[in-house]
Amino acid sequence: MNRLKGMNRTTRKNYITYLVVIAAYVILEVLMRGGGLKAATKGMLVPICAYIVMALSLNLTVGIMGELSLGHAGFMSVGAFCGTATTMCLVNAIPSGGLRLCLGIIVGTIAAALVGFLIGIPVLRLRGDYLAIVTLAFGEIIKSIVGNVYMGVDGGRLKFSMFTNELNLSPNGRIIIEGAMGIRSIPRIATFTAGFILIMISLIVIFHMVGSRAGRAIMAIRDNYIAAESIGIPAFKYKITAFTISAAMAGAAGALFGNNYSSLIASKFNIDTSILVLVFVVLGGQGNMLGSIIAAAALTILPEALRGFADYRMLMYAIILIAVMLVSNNAKVKDILKNLAEKRAAKAMKGGAAHE
Amino acid sequence: MSFLNYLVSGLSLGSIYAIIALGYTMVYGIAKMLNFAHGDVIMIGSYVCFFAFTRYGLNPFISVILAMLVCTMLGIVIEKLAYKPLRAAPSLAVLITAIGVSYLLQNMALLLWSSNPKVFTPIVGKPGSNSFTIGGLTVSYVTLLTIVTCVVIMIVLTTFISRTKLGKAMRAVSEDKGAAQLMGIDVNTTISVTFAIGSGLAAVAGILLCSAYPNLTPTTGSMPGIKAFTAAVFGGIGSIPGAFLGGLLLGIIENLAKAYISTQISDAIVFGVLIIVLLVKPAGLLGKPMREKV
Repeated sequence: MNRLKGMNRTTRKNYITYLVVIAAYVILEVLMRGGGLKAATKGMLVPICAYIVMALSLNLTVGIMGELSLGHAGFMSVGAFCGTATTMCLVNAIPSGGLRLCLGIIVGTIAAALVGFLIGIPVLRLRGDYLAIVTLAFGEIIKSIVGNVYMGVDGGRLKFSMFTNELNLSPNGRIIIEGAMGIRSIPRIATFTAGFILIMISLIVIFHMVGSRAGRAIMAIRDNYIAAESIGIPAFKYKITAFTISAAMAGAAGALFGNNYSSLIASKFNIDTSILVLVFVVLGGQGNMLGSIIAAAALTILPEALRGFADYRMLMYAIILIAVMLVSNNAKVKDILKNLAEKRAAKAMKGGAAHE
Repeated sequence: MSFLNYLVSGLSLGSIYAIIALGYTMVYGIAKMLNFAHGDVIMIGSYVCFFAFTRYGLNPFISVILAMLVCTMLGIVIEKLAYKPLRAAPSLAVLITAIGVSYLLQNMALLLWSSNPKVFTPIVGKPGSNSFTIGGLTVSYVTLLTIVTCVVIMIVLTTFISRTKLGKAMRAVSEDKGAAQLMGIDVNTTISVTFAIGSGLAAVAGILLCSAYPNLTPTTGSMPGIKAFTAAVFGGIGSIPGAFLGGLLLGIIENLAKAYISTQISDAIVFGVLIIVLLVKPAGLLGKPMREKV
C-alpha cells in the first residue's frame, strides 16, 4: 500500500486500470464456470471486449491526440473482414481455434494499420471539424468498397473480384466474402479470454505510448500545435504514428468482433457504429482509459438492461445520453465537483504533513 | 436517358441537399456546432406533411405551412432544452448531445409511427401525369418545384442575411459573439432565430425529398442529412452561397456517378470528391481560409 502511495499519480492510475480489468475478468470467468451468467449476458461478453478495445483505440485519437475521428468503424470493418476471412481460409489448415483466431487478429491488425497509415497521410494535414468530416468520408468509402468485394478460395488459390461475382469458382472452391451479403457461416471462434488479452495488450500499448517521448510530444501537439512545432517537434510524424496505432487497435477489435458472429456484413460498420464508440469515449472522459472501459461496458449492457421498457428502451437510452451530457457540463455540478476535489486535496496535504 | 436528363435530376437532388445544407451551415456559422439532429428534423417535417396532406387531405399549401411551423417550433425547443445549457461546454459535449437528440427524434418517430414505410404522395402534379416534356426533355413537376423552391429560398435568404437588421445581427454573432453582445445584440435570440430558420427549411427539404423518393421511415433523414452536411463542408461551412453551390454540385456528382459509373459506389465517389476538394482547398470551395494568430 505504501508503495502504491509512493508512485506518481499516472502510474498509480495505470495500475488501478489493469487491476480493474483483471478483477472483472476473473469474476466473470468464475461466474461463467459456475453457471451464474445468463446465456444473453454470456453472448455479450465478446462484443463488449471488442467495443472496449474500440473505445481505447478511439480515445488515443480523440483524447490523447485531440482530433475528432468519425470514421473509426471503417478500420474496424477492415480488421473484421480481413481477420474473419483469414480464419475462414485456414479452417482446414489449422485445426486449433485459438491459433487461428490469433492469426486472424494479427492479419486484421496489420491490414487496418496499413489502411490507417494511408488514410492518415491526407487526413492529418487537416484539422478540427474538417478532419472530422474527412474521416467520416473515408469511413463511408471503406463501407462502400468492402460491401462490393467478392473473394473465394479455389484449390489453394485466392480469387478476388469487385462489384459482381466473377470468381468462376470450381465445384470444390469456396466463396468467402460475397459482396453486400458479406461473410456467412463463420465458425465463431472468438472467446472471452481472447477479448481480455486483447484489452490488456491495448492498455499496455497505450500506457507505454502515453508515457513515452512520443506520447508527450503528441500531447504537446494537442495542447498547442504552434508552440509544439516551434520547439522542433515533428508534428505530422508523431500524429501519423498515433493514428496508425489507433487504426491497428480498431482492426484488432474488428477481427475479434467478426469472429464472434456467424455472419458479417459491411453495412454494420457505418457512421452509427463510429458515433457509438465516440459516445463511449466522451462519456468515459477524453484521455481517461478506465473511463472508456467502463463507459463501453455500461453502454453496451444498458440497452439490454432496459429490455424491461420494451419499445421504449432506445428512447430511454437517448434521454439518458442527453441527461448525462447536460448534468456533467452543468456549471453548478462542476462547481460542486471542483470543491470536493479541492477539499480532498487539502485533506491529503494535511495528512501528508502530519505523517512527516 | 440522356445526359441532360441525368443533369436535371441531379440538379433536383442537389437542390434538396442545398436546402438542408443551408440549415447546417447557418447553425455552424453562428453556434459553431455540428447539429447532427438536423437530418431528423427533416424526417419529422415529412411526417407532419404526410399526415396533413395524404391522411387528412388538407390543402397542400396548408400542409407545407403546418410542417414548417411544427419544425420551427421543434428547432427552437431543441435549442432551448439541449444546446443552450451547453453554450460554454467543450464542442465534443455538444456534438454528443446533438447525437442524443437525433436518437431521441428517431425513436420517438419509431414509437409514434412505426418502422413501416409510409408512401408519400407528391404535393404537386396532376392526376394521371406527373411530368411534362420540353424539347425532348422529360421533367417531372416535383423536379421543377424543387429547383424553383431552392432558387427562391436562396434569394430570400441572401437578402434576409445581407439587408435586414436580424440578418446583420446573425452575421455579427457568427463573427464574434462577445463583441456582438457588447454592441447590444441579443445573442440568445439570434441563435434561436437561426435554429428556427434552419429547421423551417428542413421541413421544406423533407417534403421535397419525400415527393421525389416517396418512402418515408423514421430513418429517412439520416443519410440525406449526412450528405447535406458533406455538401456544406464541400462549399465551405459557414458560407451560405457555399452551401448552395456545394449542395448542387454534390447532387449532380452523385447522380452522374450513379448513371455512368456504378450505383453501388456512388456514395464512395461523392465522398472521394469531397476529400480531394478539402485537400486542395482546406476551407471548402467558398470558405474563408482561417488564419491562426500566434
